[in-house]
Amino acid sequence: MNAQKTPHGVALPDAEALCVQLADLIRPHLQPETVVVGIHSGGAWVAQRLYTLLGLDAEIGLIDVSFHRDDYRARGLHPRVKPSSIPFDVEGRRLILVDDVLYTGRTTRAAINELFDYGRPARIQLAVLADRGSRQLPICADFCPWRVDLDPSSELVLSLDDSGRLQWSLDEHA
Amino acid sequence: MRNPQLNANGELTHLLSIEGLPREVITQILDTASSFLKVSHRDVKKVPLLRGKSVFNVFFENSTRTRTTFEIAAKRLSADVINLDVTRSSTAKGETLLDTVDNLVAMHADMFVVRHAASGAPHLIADHLRRLGREDVHVVNAGDGRHAHPTQGLLDMYTIRHYKTEFANLVVAIVGDILHSRVARSDIHALTTLGAAEVRAVGPQTLLPTAIEKMGVRVCHDLCSAIRDCDVVIMLRLQNERMNGALLPSAREYFRCYGLTPAVLALARPDAIVMHPGPMNRGVEIDSDVADGPQAVILPQVTFGIAVRMAVMGILAGN
Repeated sequence: MNAQKTPHGVALPDAEALCVQLADLIRPHLQPETVVVGIHSGGAWVAQRLYTLLGLDAEIGLIDVSFHRDDYRARGLHPRVKPSSIPFDVEGRRLILVDDVLYTGRTTRAAINELFDYGRPARIQLAVLADRGSRQLPICADFCPWRVDLDPSSELVLSLDDSGRLQWSLDEHA
Repeated sequence: MRNPQLNANGELTHLLSIEGLPREVITQILDTASSFLKVSHRDVKKVPLLRGKSVFNVFFENSTRTRTTFEIAAKRLSADVINLDVTRSSTAKGETLLDTVDNLVAMHADMFVVRHAASGAPHLIADHLRRLGREDVHVVNAGDGRHAHPTQGLLDMYTIRHYKTEFANLVVAIVGDILHSRVARSDIHALTTLGAAEVRAVGPQTLLPTAIEKMGVRVCHDLCSAIRDCDVVIMLRLQNERMNGALLPSAREYFRCYGLTPAVLALARPDAIVMHPGPMNRGVEIDSDVADGPQAVILPQVTFGIAVRMAVMGILAGN
């Protein structure tokens, strides 16, 4: 169990267990042609877990939203942009967009814009491991196993530990 | 003295030359380019990074291909692109280079892509912008005199990395008119920075710069010894105008000594690649059987060039 706690004293949950819960939430809504698309890098790990847990057939998609971010003018291009990889035709597909943390909603907006550059999907749903509130855009998750209120100074970070397990941590910014 | 291409935070703000660029910056550009390469395969071949920005292609020297690839790259980044054929307008009327720049800055240019016959012209513009306090306006050198053609050098590195993965064990031969070639200089700086095992230069004595060894290359005087066991052959264009300068006897003589034929290429490693910055002179520096053969990667170079120019402009405009 992670020793770190949220400001309200709640211990950070086990991220791998949250993936199982997220898969359970999605499973009743799965259609044969549904594909998952993970957002680099946290969302890509979660998408990989969902792919296995849900036993999906189609390969997962991965997107890097760096080219669509709205803070490019303030922060420049991310120094380590990863190629997006959408190994299927987006046109008419049902997509589940996967991210680790839903916060302002700006990353989701950028990801949706990027997906539309590949074609017109039939539907996009959003699955996230954690929703920490404080939205700045009219976006909400369709599937989310953990909602938590966090101070703006804390950053909720998903990472892989040495044994390859997903874990949460809180970074405090002054 | 501060590197004129980097801002106070050490970030790339102009691309003037590969000389002096840290290895990490070169690698960052190549990595970013590989992400942009995929954009050109999408239904919508555009990303919105430079939306609302104005990129001015200011060519004081003709070049259809380079200007077009810069234009495509800027448009795929959603910039507005303005092409100026200044040789036929302002300059012909007597306007100085910096007056032309001041006028374009007054039109709210965000980036200049500059080609000029005089070495150092893009540097002069970057320096001028710094003195004006306009560090938000970026300059990309699209070829200046004999000095540098950094985006060609970068796309050549991208091509080599694409086919060879690593630079550490590579032997690269650069063949032809190295004296007048800004491409050769950019390639040599890039290859030595990225740690290629050996860079060979070969060409007629009259077309090799003096003291080129100081750039870290091995000079060969016959083509066969330069090509033998190499992994990459970079052919340079023989500029026809050099024929008049008594530097060469004839195009036929040149082809006999320095033209890349299948027989010569057979001396290289079996998986060696052949590159050329274009436009090619078939039968002068390269045989058609090589240019159209399986080892030529000349057309992929063009495709990679767009992604590399997108990466350069995308990185500069954000810094």
